[in-house]
Amino acid sequence: MRKLAPILMVIAALLALWYAAVPVMNIKETVTQLERGGAQVVPSSAQERRDAGHFGLVAKNSFAIPATYAQERPRLPAPHQVAAELWDSTIAKKITSKRSLVYHGWITLSATLMGFAIGAGLGILLAVGIVHSKVMDKSVMPWAIVSQTIPIIALAPMIVVVLYSIGLQGLFPKAVISAYLSFFPVVVGMVKGLRSPERAQLDLLKTYNASASQGFWKLRLPASMPYLFASLKIAIAAAMVGAIVGELPVQGGGLGNRMLTGSYYGQTIQIWSALFAAAILAASLVALISAIQRGTLKRMGLA
Amino acid sequence: MAAPPSPVISANALDLTFQTGDGPVQALKDVALEIDKGDFVSFIGPSGCGKTTFLRCIAGLEQPTGGTLSVNGMTPDAARRARAYGYVFQAAGLYPWRTIAKNITLPLEIMGYTKSDQAARVERVLELVELSGFGGKYPWQLSGGMQQRASIARALAFDADILLMDEPFGALDEIVRDHLNEQLLALWARTEKTICFVTHSIPEAVYLSTKIVVMSPRPGRISDVIESPLPKDRPLDIRDSAEFIDIAHRVRDGLRAGHGDDV
Repeated sequence: MRKLAPILMVIAALLALWYAAVPVMNIKETVTQLERGGAQVVPSSAQERRDAGHFGLVAKNSFAIPATYAQERPRLPAPHQVAAELWDSTIAKKITSKRSLVYHGWITLSATLMGFAIGAGLGILLAVGIVHSKVMDKSVMPWAIVSQTIPIIALAPMIVVVLYSIGLQGLFPKAVISAYLSFFPVVVGMVKGLRSPERAQLDLLKTYNASASQGFWKLRLPASMPYLFASLKIAIAAAMVGAIVGELPVQGGGLGNRMLTGSYYGQTIQIWSALFAAAILAASLVALISAIQRGTLKRMGLA
Repeated sequence: MAAPPSPVISANALDLTFQTGDGPVQALKDVALEIDKGDFVSFIGPSGCGKTTFLRCIAGLEQPTGGTLSVNGMTPDAARRARAYGYVFQAAGLYPWRTIAKNITLPLEIMGYTKSDQAARVERVLELVELSGFGGKYPWQLSGGMQQRASIARALAFDADILLMDEPFGALDEIVRDHLNEQLLALWARTEKTICFVTHSIPEAVYLSTKIVVMSPRPGRISDVIESPLPKDRPLDIRDSAEFIDIAHRVRDGLRAGHGDDV
């Protein structure tokens, strides 16, 4: 409970800020609508309203504030509108429906998990290579860094097109984009972890005349576990971003697709609820890895 | 030359120069020393005198740049591959993810001992360092002194007859250190190993050793070798005897002479 209190405080503060921002953001459209419905608004000319400040409009038309919270296509939807849409599109809808966030969430989740598996596996392999081979250390690391400087939003459509041209579509191209983002933190964390044993510990193995593979399995790999889990948590969140970006250029559904169609049709509530669904999903994945981390490190005697 | 007993460790005109960014540093110069089987040899001297470097040369962890060095009649590297010695570092260096017993099993796993042999050896060496019953504990559950004893047990677990110890008790407080010194002497008497022991402490060196090697820095070299006349059986209060104080005095003189050179 004492751990929960500060978190609830922050959430309450954010919600308060959000509710306070809604009238300011939505006032122009709301006032225009109310005027069309016959209400007296200040100022009455559309041109003057266009040039008026948001805060001023709210102050002069305080009667319109309740209406700003109930817009159908608000510029900024209110928290309860997003919550209602989330409820409606997860619990209330059949999960096979194309309007169900569970349906879209599953599409994104499967691409995320596949991309994460590929990315983490590749990252670990590259790290092992980098630690054991000077040539790989010198050649792979700079490219790995360069790869992350290219904006994924520019690269994603190219990956989709190239893979489509060789007959791959659907889940796999999204998983590739997601792997592209998630391998990097794993490489960096794992290289650091595999190099974490001190000189004396490596010397000790040398005095036993241990082979390189014995050194890897008995010292380097167990020593790298805390580092690996730290980077896996970053990697799975990155994998999720990759999957969502990968869904933007294709028509196969998913949370990314949901956000994009929402923006085509001005459905801000839909965008926000997809956004929250993605955030909740990512947080759950990170929490899942944290749980595995706790279990593993506890069994190893490290925590 | 082949008169028995032949020395276990023999160094002749040993040189070691490190190439550093500031130019070459002579870590060892013209070091000559013979260590017989069953000797307890302490290396004492100020920082930079090359005592640890010499120990690492014996272990095959550093390559001398000149002279000869043989361990059990082999080159140090061949001796390392033949697993001729156990090495104890200043930090216990136990793996935090392994229990004490599993830490001691580590060299046995690497060297391919059978499972039943491993268990028997772990039991035996735990008893030797008075840690019986602690095999199931993790390192963090033990005090610093107990951790260092576990690391000694790890070095004893396989059948090396040489024990190389690099300031193993340097980070421990004096009371624990006294206790461990006593234990180490008892262990040495029971196992009849040849022990090379690097230390900063004059009382520790005099109390433990049959032979004290006094070293001085820049370049690292041997300035005195003292054969101790103390009996093999040494209670802690031998440190108040006139003989003990005499030897300690000679060690201190040796250290001061070595230090005077570069002032």
